Amino acid sequence: MVQFTLPKNSKIRTGKTWPKPEGAKNVRKFQIYRWNPDDGENPRVDTYFVDMDACGPMVLDALIKIKNEIDPTLTFRRSCREGICGSCAMMIDGINTLACIYGLDEIKGDVKIYPLPHMPVVKDLIPDLTHFYAQHASIMPWLETKTNRPQKEWKQSIEDRKKLDGLYECVMCASCSAACPSYWWNSDRYLGPAALLHAYRWIVDSRDEATGERLDDLEDPFKLYRCHTIMNCAKTCPKGLNPAAAIAEIKRMMVNRIV
Amino acid sequence: MRYLTARKRAEGKGAAHAGTEEHWYMTVSGVGLAFLIPAFLFIFGRAMGSSYEVVVETFSRPIPAIVTGLTLVVGLQHFIKGCKGMIEDYAGGSTRKILIIAVITISYFLMAAGIFALAKLVL
Repeated sequence: MVQFTLPKNSKIRTGKTWPKPEGAKNVRKFQIYRWNPDDGENPRVDTYFVDMDACGPMVLDALIKIKNEIDPTLTFRRSCREGICGSCAMMIDGINTLACIYGLDEIKGDVKIYPLPHMPVVKDLIPDLTHFYAQHASIMPWLETKTNRPQKEWKQSIEDRKKLDGLYECVMCASCSAACPSYWWNSDRYLGPAALLHAYRWIVDSRDEATGERLDDLEDPFKLYRCHTIMNCAKTCPKGLNPAAAIAEIKRMMVNRIV
Repeated sequence: MRYLTARKRAEGKGAAHAGTEEHWYMTVSGVGLAFLIPAFLFIFGRAMGSSYEVVVETFSRPIPAIVTGLTLVVGLQHFIKGCKGMIEDYAGGSTRKILIIAVITISYFLMAAGIFALAKLVL
């Protein structure tokens, strides 16, 4: 259900301002959301100053520099640093994206970094994605076959393989779902753009033999039809995918079954 | 202890196996209203400010009467479903139920009142 104001214990206050690096000429200001479940305090926004002459070009480079050289308690997920693992998804400059492929030169003014919105926070910039992953698991993200033919491999024509382009690239970073107002208000029942994009990826796979059953499982006023084509998902996707188009295709297939 | 796992929490909602008819109705009625609303506004606009006799004469003709009737019925049905979706987005629990009942009741009352007024003019 919609919540227009933050609960009292979630209100963000001004945090610590860390000292500027000595002798640095090209300094940039970073404002980063901090919350530690162990200290029982409200979230705060800490201010850091980074010497840009000694920092890499991406937001993740700056975060790693802050953690290594200024504040080792700053907590965030990261792994591949090249947009493949989806670990470092966070809200940077008001946009849900991957810190590893978002350039600091794309941001004007101070760099403001928050965790993905409308998701429970584990610590600092780490959101709790348990429910998000469970929803992904619920759409059966695997090839479902009934026959045991062919015995060697399931071949696919070039045309059929092309249908998976724009779908298989999703790295499940949750940027799209965390940007979707329908997901904010009804994430308990609405699957969200990421899970539905993956659902369509298996629906449209020519080798899959459970298309009807997959559509049966999705036909629900909340699971699927909470998508109001707001398009925030497509706008924010750091991989340039279009989950809204995939959802529209699922809706079209649903209509084709009854009309 | 319920042993409710994250997976069960996501899967346990099940599918209602419904919603497509409503989605299709909204699509079709949306297209229909794109034609009906301008036609109704044209008819209504032309009759506005006229004398009682001219208004009665306008709505006694078949096309204006049919367009007005269809706009009332299709428009309010579309309104009910749209509002229901909006309420389901933003409200929960008893508030959600009360608001949906209120919207349906008010819409059907407006529909009945409109059809009655139109029939009185036409007949």
